[in-house]
Amino acid sequence: MGRIRKLLIPGVDKNLLIKDAAKLMPDLSRRRFIASGASLGALTLLTGCDVSDSFSADNMLKQISKFNDGVQALMFNPNALAPTFPESAITRPFPFNGYYDQDDAPDIKGADWKLEVRGLVENKKSWTLEELYKLPQVKQVTRHICVEGWSAIGSWTGVPLRDFLKLIGADTRAKYCWFQCADTDGYNSPLDMASALHPQTQMSFKFADEILPRIYGYPMKIRVPTKLGFKNPKYVISMEVTNDYKGGYWEDQGYNSFSGS
Amino acid sequence: MSSITASQEHAAASPAKVIQPAWVRTVHWINAVAMILMIMSGWQIYNASPLFNFKFASSITLGGWLGGALLWHFAAMWLLMVNGLVYLVLGFATGRFRKKLLPITPQGVIADTRAALTGKLSHADLTTYNYVQKLLYAGIIVVGVLIVLSGLSIWKPVQLQYLTALFGGYDVARYVHFVCMALIVAFMVVHVALALLVPKSLRAMIIGR
Repeated sequence: MGRIRKLLIPGVDKNLLIKDAAKLMPDLSRRRFIASGASLGALTLLTGCDVSDSFSADNMLKQISKFNDGVQALMFNPNALAPTFPESAITRPFPFNGYYDQDDAPDIKGADWKLEVRGLVENKKSWTLEELYKLPQVKQVTRHICVEGWSAIGSWTGVPLRDFLKLIGADTRAKYCWFQCADTDGYNSPLDMASALHPQTQMSFKFADEILPRIYGYPMKIRVPTKLGFKNPKYVISMEVTNDYKGGYWEDQGYNSFSGS
Repeated sequence: MSSITASQEHAAASPAKVIQPAWVRTVHWINAVAMILMIMSGWQIYNASPLFNFKFASSITLGGWLGGALLWHFAAMWLLMVNGLVYLVLGFATGRFRKKLLPITPQGVIADTRAALTGKLSHADLTTYNYVQKLLYAGIIVVGVLIVLSGLSIWKPVQLQYLTALFGGYDVARYVHFVCMALIVAFMVVHVALALLVPKSLRAMIIGR
């Protein structure tokens, strides 16, 4: 509690103090902090008194989910390739999937779009679609597995993410590539670096040999055949190479963050 | 845990009377809890993308929504797997499986099934399983192993792709997983009904004698 007293400097606006303190916290706890109504009492979060000391099933499940992240990272073999299929195995029509209706899917003008690159990279220039299309691309036919249980086989063509990371001089010792999307709800998702460097992880620009249709994530989707579908962000607008866990749209709601397949 | 220790001491004092040793009772009840958690959360997960033309009523599922159910499922799986491994290792190591469950002969199963259906099956000696029990208890162990392996192949169809392929691929493994669940639920219904019909068997699984 001594630290709280130290933090309470006479003449300092309490609300501003809370705001600043919240900024220091990792993104995930910050959101929860703000969501649960920031109060001075919540500042105990900063004193190291672990709130999760008080037992609740919710807390226990979250801790086990974190443990499962670690187990899955250990199980992840960077050289194990997801099974590939012949083109005849492609699921047609490939299902549209989102937390919004098909008509509400982001509608991006390719000419105006740019991929913003941030964080631990040497070259932070933004990339136009035209520039990205010029990079060497590969095609793969793999199984998309949804967290809900269903699966569908699709064909994606694009630039291996590890090639792009090399090209922009990314620090591949960093922990995550964090993607942000154009959805109005601000879809985002962190991808652990080992998965980002997997040979099949791809910045996809085509589905079934055609420019990625709007419903499948135009202009760019990150295809990760070693992850569940929700870890394959669509309508991507930025990538940040970072050591911070910045949370994700579904991850923050309780889906296991690693969610490897 | 003190009650278990106490009954263990008691077991040592009068080994002849013990029907279910302490380790069997412990893993049995941990398994009961783990199975119920797995099945109820599994039903909620099933509801997100049903394999058949029905869903489970939300009142009998666990987790509230898919994300919550997955948290429960992937937490309780550790309880189920670790406890199941302890059971298998001890079952083989102590010779319990061999002594209690073998041999299983078709003639024995047919004769005991007939006796059971005509109400002539004896429950006087609970230390020896009849042939129907032997078949069901051995069978449910196999189903238990299958539900874990099919579950692992659904969870890790890339990292454990050879296991997934053994089940006929991801989509087939989901059906195998479901069928195993259905068999376990059917087993549980019969198992609990019979335990209630022969209460001393239930007592043996609680206090050992």
